[in-house]
Amino acid sequence: MSQSYNRGLIEDFGRWKEFSAGMWAWIFHKFTGWMLIGYLFTHIAVLSTAIGAAQGETVEVFAEDLPNVEGTGLTEVDIYTATLGGLEGLFIVRLLEVGLLAVAVFHILNGLRLLMVDLGIGLEAQDKSFYASLILTGIITVASVPTFMMGVGF
Amino acid sequence: MSTQQQEPETQEAPEDPEMKGAESPQQRRLKEKEQGLADEESVDESDLEGETVHIKVFRYDPEVEDKQEPRFDDFHVPFEKGMTVLDAVMYARDEYDSSLTFRHSCRQAVCGSDAFFVNGTQRLGCKTQISDLEQPVRIEPLPHQEVVKDLVVDMDHFYDQMHAVEPYFQQEDLPEGDLEEQRQSRENREKVKMSTRCIWCAACMSSCNIAAGDNEYLGPAAINKAYRFAMDEREDEEIKEHRLRILEQEHGVWRCQTQFSCTEVCPKDIPLTEHIQELKREAVKKNLKFW
Ligand code: HEM
Ligand code: SF4
Ligand code: FES
Repeated sequence: MSQSYNRGLIEDFGRWKEFSAGMWAWIFHKFTGWMLIGYLFTHIAVLSTAIGAAQGETVEVFAEDLPNVEGTGLTEVDIYTATLGGLEGLFIVRLLEVGLLAVAVFHILNGLRLLMVDLGIGLEAQDKSFYASLILTGIITVASVPTFMMGVGF
Repeated sequence: MSTQQQEPETQEAPEDPEMKGAESPQQRRLKEKEQGLADEESVDESDLEGETVHIKVFRYDPEVEDKQEPRFDDFHVPFEKGMTVLDAVMYARDEYDSSLTFRHSCRQAVCGSDAFFVNGTQRLGCKTQISDLEQPVRIEPLPHQEVVKDLVVDMDHFYDQMHAVEPYFQQEDLPEGDLEEQRQSRENREKVKMSTRCIWCAACMSSCNIAAGDNEYLGPAAINKAYRFAMDEREDEEIKEHRLRILEQEHGVWRCQTQFSCTEVCPKDIPLTEHIQELKREAVKKNLKFW
């Protein structure tokens, strides 16, 4: 055949404004799935720094710095408490926790939607169930804010 | 988007669609599609009377020096009531630029030769009313297929995939007697009804993000074609198994990620995703044994 022209993959993501519900659901599901995997490894890496706690390893911290340590002044606490306290004291960590919840909730709700799609149930309503997943995720995330942000502004 | 437009009767539909002649999922889908189009409607037909429509058409021709670099040409076509996208490009070709190239034949959504990428969606030119579209109307060749010239794309790969599923009826034992027919039950005919409507336009294949990235993926049209025969009870069990073996290969049904893009664009309203999902379950059932 003579020469022809390949317009490449530009058609896919350059056209995001025209995507329909099912396509968005797919993108979000991939994204949240991989975010959760990413979180899993971060989680393991961070907590492994506190493994010494099992052997009774301790550190000295200022009690005022950590939300989970009682008292005042230089205090000796086990390393697990210090690690967690150090993280929970940071605004950005609390914010990321809200984000993690949002990601997990969406992934679970849309995962249930995909399960229904796999079983051939309610395929005509697949777009509505995607919107429902989004709205529910939003509601649950907003409702979680007071709990997650306690002590750092709420 | 269309929450306010929801027809109340959809919510009150009885559990069993057979009952009371309630609308079937198919009818509902059709209605939703129509509503979707109505939403987009930017202009009233009567507003367009006596006006011209602005279309932007993709141009490319490897054999003409200044068309080797793809570009868009603008045409202003006088509007007529009932004008379709195909009518508009035909007018442009006949009146303004005879080198404008595209495929078309039946002009009534039967032959499947004029699927274009119109305003960012795969549509049949002859089935799409200009008045339903926002202007300027961008008319491009189908994405993910090589462009041969202007709106003409290379369909070979699509046809290869269609042929890969053996898209013909296979039954060795014919009924006794010369005049006996190979009868199909009404129920079975209903089951395959929608899947028989494919006109091989390749709109679905072009809309599929997975097919774009995996050249070996059979694609929605071919899988739907396979569904049409795999679900036909007149074929023997062995042939159905043979068909499922083709479908359950690495680049068969399992590639589908239920994005529903194909189902959205199919001009014949074939519930493609539904058919693919059903075949996935058939494939699982065939291989899953509890013992
Ligand atoms: C109740 C909880 C969960 C449900 C119901 C669920 C459901 C699903 C489903 C149905 C899929 C398949 C999507 C498809 O058909 O393409 C999927 C994909 C995936 N899930 Fe989950 N999931 C859950 C929890 C998790 C967790 C905790 C993680 C991570 C640690 C995770 C990571 C992933 C990843 C990476 C994918 C693949 C995304 C891709 O296709 O690339 N999921 N999930
Ligand atoms: S399934 Fe629909 S979109 Fe795909 S080729 Fe057939 S008619 Fe065209
Ligand atoms: S010209 Fe035949 S389908 Fe449009």
